[in-house]
Amino acid sequence: MNWINAIIQGLFLGGLYALFACGLSLMFGVMRIINLAHGDLAVIGAFGVWVVATQAHLSPFIALVPVLPVMLVVGYLLHRTVLARSLRSGPLTPLLTTFGLSIVIQNALLQIFSPDVHSLGSLTGSISTSSWRLTSQLSLPYLGVLTLAVAVLLLGALQLILQRTGFGREMRATAQDPETAALVGVPASSVYARATAIAVATAALAGAFLAIHSTFDPSSGPTQLIFAFEAVVIGGFGSLWGTLLGGIVLGVAQTIGATIDPQYSILAGHLVFLVILASPRGRFIATRSASA
Amino acid sequence: MNGLLQIDNLVARHGLLQAVREVSLSVAEGEVLALVGANGAGKSTLLRTIAGAHPAAGGTIRLDGADITGVPSHRRVARGLALVPEGRKLFPEMTVEENLLVAGRRARPGTWTIDTVLNAFPMLKPLRRKRAANLSGGEQQATSIARALMTNPRVLLVDEVSLGLAPVAVDVVYESLHTLIRGGATLVVVEQDLQRALSVADRVVCMLEGRVVLQSATEAVTREQVTEAYFGLARVNTSSATAERALSERT
Amino acid sequence: MTSLGGSPASTQWIVQRSSLASRIGSGTLILTGLALFVVPQIFDTNVVQQLTSLLIFLILAAMWNALAGYAGLVSVGQQAFIGFGAYGTIFITQQGVQPYLAMILAAVASAALAAVLSLLVLRLRGGQFAVGTWVVAEAIALLVALDQGLGGGTGISLRGLNVYPREVRTAFTYWLTLGFAVLLLVLLFLLLRNRTGVALQAIRDDEEAAASLGVRVGRLKFVLFVLAGFGCGAAGALTLANTLFIQPQSIFGVQWSAYLIFMVLVGGLGTFEGPIIGAILFFVVQYEFADLGAWYLIGLGLVAVAFALFLPRGLWSLINDRLHIRLLPVGYHLIQLSKKAVR
Repeated sequence: MNWINAIIQGLFLGGLYALFACGLSLMFGVMRIINLAHGDLAVIGAFGVWVVATQAHLSPFIALVPVLPVMLVVGYLLHRTVLARSLRSGPLTPLLTTFGLSIVIQNALLQIFSPDVHSLGSLTGSISTSSWRLTSQLSLPYLGVLTLAVAVLLLGALQLILQRTGFGREMRATAQDPETAALVGVPASSVYARATAIAVATAALAGAFLAIHSTFDPSSGPTQLIFAFEAVVIGGFGSLWGTLLGGIVLGVAQTIGATIDPQYSILAGHLVFLVILASPRGRFIATRSASA
Repeated sequence: MNGLLQIDNLVARHGLLQAVREVSLSVAEGEVLALVGANGAGKSTLLRTIAGAHPAAGGTIRLDGADITGVPSHRRVARGLALVPEGRKLFPEMTVEENLLVAGRRARPGTWTIDTVLNAFPMLKPLRRKRAANLSGGEQQATSIARALMTNPRVLLVDEVSLGLAPVAVDVVYESLHTLIRGGATLVVVEQDLQRALSVADRVVCMLEGRVVLQSATEAVTREQVTEAYFGLARVNTSSATAERALSERT
Repeated sequence: MTSLGGSPASTQWIVQRSSLASRIGSGTLILTGLALFVVPQIFDTNVVQQLTSLLIFLILAAMWNALAGYAGLVSVGQQAFIGFGAYGTIFITQQGVQPYLAMILAAVASAALAAVLSLLVLRLRGGQFAVGTWVVAEAIALLVALDQGLGGGTGISLRGLNVYPREVRTAFTYWLTLGFAVLLLVLLFLLLRNRTGVALQAIRDDEEAAASLGVRVGRLKFVLFVLAGFGCGAAGALTLANTLFIQPQSIFGVQWSAYLIFMVLVGGLGTFEGPIIGAILFFVVQYEFADLGAWYLIGLGLVAVAFALFLPRGLWSLINDRLHIRLLPVGYHLIQLSKKAVR
C-alpha cells in the first residue's frame, strides 16, 4: 500500500513538474532555446506571489491574478531585449546569456530577499493540508489534485491555442521554418517574444505552486530547471502531452525512490532520466529534436 | 522607365562569392517576366534578395516607387511582394488549409481568400486537411503558389516552377498561372524549361554568373538567341529585333 | 612553406605558419613557462598559493574553451569532473597511495569517466547537451554525498599531505599544477596546429558541412570531451591540494561553470590566447571582489551576458582584430609576394 501511495504522490508531483516543463518545452519548440534561467524566473514568480499575498493578506491563488500579467510582460521584454539579440549571434549565445541571467537573478533575489526559505502553504488554508481519504491507507491530497488539474488545463489550453488559433498557427509555422514564415508575412521576432511571454508566465504559475506545495528560496531555480528538463526529455521534445507524461514518470520515480530511502529520491529521478537517454528512444529524442 | 518593381544595380553575396552582380531590372504592372539561366546563375538568389530572405550587399529595390531594400521580408509581404520559394517550403506539419490560413492572417485587402484561392486551384479542395509533408510535388507547388496568393500580393515571384515535377503536374501548375495572368497579375517566374518560360512570359531575362546577359520581349527574340545567352556564347541585349524564326509555341 | 602558383603576370601567394609576432609570442611564452618553474624558490608561500589558483583557473578556462570554442559543446556540467577528480584523489589516497600520485591517477580516472559518459551526453546537442551535463554533475554529486566513507554531505579533508611542511606542500602542489598546465596547453597547441585544429574550427562553424567533407566529427568531439574531463579532473584534484578540504555542494557546484563561462567569454571564445587572458582577469576580479558576495556574482553574470551579446569574441578579439597577431603559430597566413620576387 505504501507503494500505491507513493505512485499517487508521484502522479501529483508529476503535475507540478509538468507545470514547470511546459514553458521550457514551448520555448524550445518554437525557438530552439533552452532557457537556463527558466527555474529562476519561476522563483521570481514565487517571490512575486509571496510578496503580494503577505502584503495584501490574500490567498496565494488570488495573488496570482496580478502577478501573471506582470510576468507576461517580463517575458516579452526579456525576449525583446536579450534573447532576440542572442538568437542572432549564433547557437551558443542564448545558452550563455540565459545562464548568465540565471546567476544574476539568483543573486539579485538573494540580495533583495535574503537566503531565507519561504513557503506559501500556510497561507492557503486547508487546501494544502487536507485530502480525500479513500481508504485507511490511501489518500488524495486536495493540493495534488488541484496542481494536476491546473497542469492538464494549462497544457490543454496551450494545445488549443497552438492548433486552433491564428496566433498558434503562426507559432507553429515559425517553429517549423522561420524564414518561410517571414516570406508569408509572419514576423518571427514578434512571435518569439509572445512565446517567451507565455513561457515565463507559466513558469511563474509553476513557481507559485511550488511555493504552496513546499518551500522555495533564491537558489531553488536550478533544481527546478533540471527537473523540468528531465521531464521534457523523458516525455519527448515537441509534444505538450509528452511533457505531462514525462513529468509524471519523473515524479513517480522520485517518490518511489523516496520510499526506498528519502536520500534516494532525487537521484532516482536522475537515474531514470539517464536510462531513458541511454535507450534507443533517447537517441531518437536527441536526433529528432536536433534536426527538427 | 519605372516599373511596379524596379531593381537597380543589385548586388548579393554568399560569403565572399558574388551571386548577383549589379543586376538591373524593371517589371511593369500586369507584366510577366521570365527569368532563365543555368544552375548557379544567380536566379534564386536574386528572387530571394528581392523578397528579403537574403541581404542585399548593394543596389536598390523599389516597389511602386518606395525603397524597400532595407525592409525586412515580412514587411515586404505587407507591401505586396510575395515569393513562392524554391523547393516549395511548405510548413510540413501543417495541413494545406493551415498553410493557407497562416499566410492569410496578416494579408493585404484583396480578392484572394481561402475560398477564392481554392477555386483557383480546385485540385487542392479535396486535400484541405492533408498534411503538407504528405503531398505530391505538384500538389505542393500548387499549395505554395496558393499560399503566396493568400497575402494578396501586387507582385508575385515564383522560383523554379517546374523543378522536380512530372510534366503532367507542371501542366496543371501552368494552367493556374495562366489563369492568374489572364486576371492581370504581375509575375516574375524562374523557369528551367525555356519552352515553358517563353510560352508564358511577356519578357525574358537571361542570367549567367550573376549578371544579366539578355533582356528582351519574348516575341522579339528567338529561342536560339536565348540558348546562346544561357550558355554564354554571346552577349545580347535587344529590346527589339526582328526574329528570323518565330517561335511556334508563342500563340 | 607551400606556394600557390599563378600566371606569371599576377601576384604570387605563399602560405606561412608563423609570423614574426607569433614567433616573438611563442618565445615569450616558453620563457615565461620556464621562469614560472623557479617561482617557489624566489617568492613567498602565499604568492605561490595564489599563483597555483591562477594556474588552476587557466587549466579550467583552456578546457572549457576547447569544448565550447572548438567543438561547439557548451557544457554546464564540467564541475562533475572537477568534483570527481577531487573525490577520486581522496578515495585513492584512502587506499594508501601517495597523495600527489593519487592526484595524477584521479585525473586519468576523470578522463575515463568522460569516455564513458560521452556515450550518453554526446548524443545531445546545444542546450540539451548543456543541461544534460549539468544533470550528470548533479547525479554524481548526490552519489558522492551518499557515501559516508567519503565524508558524506559534510565534506572531507586530504590527510596525506599533512606530513609535508606548508612551504614544501605549496611548492609541490604548485609544480604539479604548473606541470599539468603546461602539458594541457601543449596538447591543445598540438591539436590545433595540425589538421585536427582546422577540422575543429570547421565543426564549430558548420558541423554538417564539415562532416560532409570527411571531418570525423564524432571522434573529434570525443577526444575533446575526454581531454576536458582529464583537465577538469586534474583541476579538481589540485584544488583539493590547494585548499585541503572539500564539500560536495561546493566542489560539484554549478558556480564553477559560471566562472568558466566568464573566463572564456571575456577572454575570447575559440582562441588559444583568450582563456589565458580570461583566467588572469578572473583571478584579479576574484581577488578584489569576491568578498562582495552576491553583488560579485551579479556583476560576473552581467559582464558575461554583456560580452556574450556585444563582444562575443572576447577581449582578445579587440587586440587580434587591430593588430592581427597571434601569440602562437596555430593559424595559416596568406602572404602576398611582390610581383618581382618569384619563388
